[in-house]
Parts: sequence; structure tokens; C-alpha cells
Amino acid sequence: MDFLVANFAEILFYCFAALTVAGAVGVLVLRSPVHAALSLLLTFVMVGALFLLRHAELLAAVQVLVYGGGIMVLFLFVIMLVNVKGLASSEVFLSELAPLAVVGGVLLGILVAFALVFGVFASGQGDGTALRSAGGEVLGNTEAVGMVLYTTYLVPFEVVSVVLLVAMIGAIVFGRRSAAFERRGGEEGP
Amino acid sequence: MIEATHYVVLSIILLCLGIIGVMVRRNFITVLMSLELMFNAVNLNLIAFSFRLSDLAGQVLAIFVITVAAAEAAIGLGLIIALVRLKNTVSLDEADLMRG
Repeated sequence: MDFLVANFAEILFYCFAALTVAGAVGVLVLRSPVHAALSLLLTFVMVGALFLLRHAELLAAVQVLVYGGGIMVLFLFVIMLVNVKGLASSEVFLSELAPLAVVGGVLLGILVAFALVFGVFASGQGDGTALRSAGGEVLGNTEAVGMVLYTTYLVPFEVVSVVLLVAMIGAIVFGRRSAAFERRGGEEGP
Repeated sequence: MIEATHYVVLSIILLCLGIIGVMVRRNFITVLMSLELMFNAVNLNLIAFSFRLSDLAGQVLAIFVITVAAAEAAIGLGLIIALVRLKNTVSLDEADLMRG
């Protein structure tokens, strides 16, 4: 019991990290897109929990709302819309270069991990109160992030809103039935 | 004690799983999901170092990353709809309209 109390933060981190990796592996190995999407949802929620452990309360809420709510619904909606099971070539699972890609990815991971762990700039502890104070007084994470976002980072914030608008227009254009395609009478090319 | 190093290692694992997913899987929807995994790995790193350095800039940057990820998901899923409408498939091997 003492061990549990003394190491509670570590136990929480390792549980959340294990579930995060399990969800990510599930995305890779599950055949059904719906199962892969639900596995991805597990990863999103667990990453949100990991944000909480690092005193990023606003980001944790945004993670669950935007990823777990918005993007996941978008994925499930598209899976439902295109009816993946009925498509012809959905049995093609892996590309021919799969073993090479897996070996390359694992090697890259080991390389970067060595560089970072032995480069040691990540040890030591931070200070949670700095992430909650806005303008000199301690309020909360949301107030602090909002204060920085709307003062120091106001211009990038506006630019990102334009990016979102362009993406929205682009998605609508892609989703429309193309007029030029219709005029050529449907099937053209291979 | 959980340090930023733990988060960096977890984020490397997530990033490599995402890269492997993009390279190995041929289903367009799963490839987009792997891309989202990579975005999450980046966000984990940003949050961990925001705490380590007691600097809110990391959290603000993570908000921007989430915004761009949402835009990317919308565009990518629009592309899937267009691909299904054009060639009736979600396999990336079939998407060869621009191949010479």
C-alpha cells in the first residue's frame, strides 16, 4: 500500500502509456476500419490523460473534445459513408515493402531514442504553478493559456484560423461532384 | 519520478508506429489514422517540455498543431470521398491517376 501511494504518479503514467501504445498497435494490426478507429479513440483519450499528468488541463479537454469527439466522428462517418466492406480491393492489407518498412521504422526509433536519452537535456522537474499563472497571479491553466494565446501569439492564432477556413473550403470542393467530370459523361480513363 | 525523458521515449514509440502505419498499410483510412498518431506524438513532446521548462508556449503550439490536424483530417477524408467516387476503392495502390 505504501508503495502504491509513494509511486502513484509513476504507476498512472505507465498504465496510460501502455494503453496509448496498445491503442496505436491496434490501429496498425486491426483489419476492420471501425475497430481501428475505436482503437485510435483509446489512444486519443489516453494521450489526453497524459496531458493531465503534465498540468495541461485545457489541452486535455481540447484533446478529448476535438480528437475524441470531432475527428473520430468524422472518421466513423466516412467509414459508414463509403461502406468499406463492399469495395473491391479491400483485401489488400499490406504493401510489398512491409518488412523493410517495419525494420526501418524500428531502427529509426532506436536511433532517435539513443540520441535523446544520452543527449540528456530532458531530466529534472518543471514547475506546475508557472503553467497556471497569468499576468503575475495564479488563476488556472485555461486563463493562463488564453492570456498567452491572445496576446503574444495573436497573429499566429489568426493565421491558423485562415488555415482552418481554407481547409473547410477545400473539403467542400473535394466533396462536391465535379462539374467537369460530369460533363465528360462519367467514366473516363482507367 | 516521471521526467520529460519518459514522455520523449513514449512519443518516439508513437511516432514510429505512425510512420510504420503510413508505410505499411494500404488502406487510405488507416493511413490517415496513422497520421493522427504522429500528430499526437508531437503534442506529447510539446506538453512534456512545456512542463519541464515551465513555459506556456508549448501548450499554445500544441493548440495550433491540433487545429492543423483537424484541417488535415477534413481534407484527407474529403480526398477519400473523391477517390471512392472516382475509382470505387480506398486502396492507395489503386490511386495512380497521376502516374505517368
